[in-house]
Amino acid sequence: MADQKRRDFLGMVFGGFAAAGGVAALYAMKRTWDPLPSVMAAGFTTVDLSPMKPGEFRTVTWRGKPIFILKKDNTKLKKCDDADVKVGEGDYLVRIGLCTHLGCIPAWEGDKQIFKCACHGGEFDACGTNTFGPPPRPLDIPPFKIEGTKLVLGEEGPEYKKLVGKA
Amino acid sequence: MAHFEKANSVYEWLDQRLAVSKLTKVLMTEYWIPKNINFLWAMGVVLMTMFTILLISGIFLLMYYKPDTKLAFDSVNYTIMQEVWFGWLWRHMHGVAASVVFLVIYIHMFTGIYYGSYKRGREMIWISGMLLFVTFSAEAFSGYMLPWGQMSYWAAQVITNLFGGIPFIGDELVIWIRGNFYVADATLTRFFMLHVLLLPLVIMGIIGLHFYSLRIPHVNNQEGEEIDFDAEAEKYKAGRKAESKVIPFWPVFLSKDLFVLGVFMIFYFYLVFYHYNFAMDPINFDPANPMKTPPHIYPEWYFLWSYEVLRGFFFDVGPLSAMDIGLAAFGIANVIFFLMPWLDKSPVVAPAHKRGAFKIWFWVLVVDMIVLTIWGKLPPTGANAWIGFFASVTFLILLLVALPMITKKEAQRAGGAA
Repeated sequence: MADQKRRDFLGMVFGGFAAAGGVAALYAMKRTWDPLPSVMAAGFTTVDLSPMKPGEFRTVTWRGKPIFILKKDNTKLKKCDDADVKVGEGDYLVRIGLCTHLGCIPAWEGDKQIFKCACHGGEFDACGTNTFGPPPRPLDIPPFKIEGTKLVLGEEGPEYKKLVGKA
Repeated sequence: MAHFEKANSVYEWLDQRLAVSKLTKVLMTEYWIPKNINFLWAMGVVLMTMFTILLISGIFLLMYYKPDTKLAFDSVNYTIMQEVWFGWLWRHMHGVAASVVFLVIYIHMFTGIYYGSYKRGREMIWISGMLLFVTFSAEAFSGYMLPWGQMSYWAAQVITNLFGGIPFIGDELVIWIRGNFYVADATLTRFFMLHVLLLPLVIMGIIGLHFYSLRIPHVNNQEGEEIDFDAEAEKYKAGRKAESKVIPFWPVFLSKDLFVLGVFMIFYFYLVFYHYNFAMDPINFDPANPMKTPPHIYPEWYFLWSYEVLRGFFFDVGPLSAMDIGLAAFGIANVIFFLMPWLDKSPVVAPAHKRGAFKIWFWVLVVDMIVLTIWGKLPPTGANAWIGFFASVTFLILLLVALPMITKKEAQRAGGAA
């Protein structure tokens, strides 16, 4: 019986070391698949909004994603106090331009005042709200900070926090 | 150490060391296949041939392909297609084989369903086959990304985004899978690794399992008849070949199989040389552009039915969002066939045309999947959205409700008759 105990002990030591090594290896594999530090390092994009004309629609890039900016003051475009971004005198819609369904880029159809996603037919209105199809929520708001007439994407300013209801 | 004597021939020398004659018997000349089968039983060998073609053509493509977002598109569309001698041949063989291999997989699968070849001891054949279907799907998806055209890019975007629907960890999981906030270079290189190394290794392993799983329950036959393979094999070996219900895999079964394979290969090479375009979407000849979604995106034809189930549910129901219902339905559609042996409650192993209601069920399923496939490619607007919705609901009802009900009744009848 003493022999058996000795074997059990050896088995457990072997199994324990193998399991610890296996977990360590899995951790290393998981980390290897993680985005690299250079990718994670927050990219900041600064956009000057002052040259935009009323009704103008622009797309800028932030962290590889399209950001929709729509200038709405002095136009017939639907305004929404709880969704628009005020910069100076201007009234803007600022959203990540990826359909909240599966990430296709919706197209702005100015005549109908909607963002229309070609992939699965989702629609968003000029306030970024989902109005038709599979998208589960309005277009996402990118973190931003306002500096004068400039918009800094990637940093969480007080206006952003207010907009997403964090403040 | 075993005792070795001087060998009189190379064959004998090898036989002493590798048991070549025993191995040939076990794998070929005394591996027994029922006589009562038809050309649909040739699909396994056809699939094996297609996989070999994919492997060989893939090796040659690998010599010039460059897994880098800046180089990938040109390495395929310029270097391989225009500079490399016969580069176009390998690419078209690879692309066409990747497409038709799914046609044959579906025929192989539906043959199994039609003849009840997934139950009464054959469950592991079915499950390992379904594992092959899933790994082939992953292989097709990762391969489609490599030319880095617009369709490659946006298919990758949409499919990786699907994981965002998983509760709690979804958003971070998507970034982890991509290795970036969006589909980028890191995504391309890791899916390249999956496509050329990890998934092919896994596929080869599962093919081994799939073949091995046939050894004990043996191949099914046209009538679902239970055959005593040992007794029938004895008759065959005793020279009573006409009386025996079985034939050896080699050379008898394969000689017929090779005829079917020959017909199929004529069809395949006809596509490779004259109709390769069906496997080459024109949109994919535009280089990937993360800032511009093509106006209408859709997967290759073999994924259309499950894609239509995904987008068939386009409106919210109570607290459930359209997206979550679609994702759940898509998830179910992708795993539901694994459960065939248990969704079918009847012990009867017979062809569908001898199983009454099951026959109707089978053909309704085939038609429904064809409808899903056709509507999966149409823009999801107006009446199309509703047809997609009803076809998706029909699919789920057929497998989750109709199949267990029909087969339960059949089981009761079979029990009563016995």
